Amino acid sequence: MSKQRSMRTPLARVRYLGSAKSGTKHFWHQRVSAVALIPLTIAFVLIVAGLIGRNHAATAQILGSPFVSIVMMLFVISSTYHMWLGMQVIIEDYIHSESKLTWLILNTFFCFTIALCCIYAILKLSFGV
Amino acid sequence: MADLKPSPASLRPLSPHLQIYKPMLTMMMSIVHRITGAALYFGTLLLAWWLLAAASGPTAYGKFQWAMESLVGQLVLFGYTWALIHHMLGGIRHLIWDTGRGFGPVEREWLALANLIGSIGLTLLLWIVGLLVTGGAS
Repeated sequence: MSKQRSMRTPLARVRYLGSAKSGTKHFWHQRVSAVALIPLTIAFVLIVAGLIGRNHAATAQILGSPFVSIVMMLFVISSTYHMWLGMQVIIEDYIHSESKLTWLILNTFFCFTIALCCIYAILKLSFGV
Repeated sequence: MADLKPSPASLRPLSPHLQIYKPMLTMMMSIVHRITGAALYFGTLLLAWWLLAAASGPTAYGKFQWAMESLVGQLVLFGYTWALIHHMLGGIRHLIWDTGRGFGPVEREWLALANLIGSIGLTLLLWIVGLLVTGGAS
């Protein structure tokens, strides 16, 4: 095998999953959410297409029906998680100053807020409060 | 890094970047994939507005519908449709690449072209069907 240049053993290197401390988790979660989003995006586009031209009462009723609600919530969860990971990469690629941390935090706040707004609205439509 | 004063040595170009290379289809498609992703990120504001308006009541939903039926709203929605489909097809292309397939000189060009033609074609198809079904008054 290759010559060992460090006093650290190979086990010690992998034990804490590299400098990012998370190993391939980010890469993998981006892929898993991407795979989930293929059928969910198609379903989302079909749901929106079916709602074009309908008034508020009909839209609220359809969006609040169990199947549509669940598909919409799955779409919202997958896409906000996927875009959280994606924007993190964009920020890390282009921002190298100390403000990077601020932008990363703002990214987290934005994605969680959007996710919560959407889920709250869908649940409110479902339970009709 | 930020504290270092620029010396003549540090002002020299470190590595070739975008302006050095001839623009190629796969390169442009990579850039567009990131741009559409960023656009969809902020596009979720529209999704949240739509769902919250529907949950709020007829008045709030009427305002949303009015905005989306305006010329600007329709243009934004058309762009949103294309960005969503383009990013999804681009994602499928990346997932194919993740398996190690499709890197050949012919395949990668073909995949990039199929992505572009597919996204434009599907967007136009969706909008033409949508406009026909609703009689133009979406």
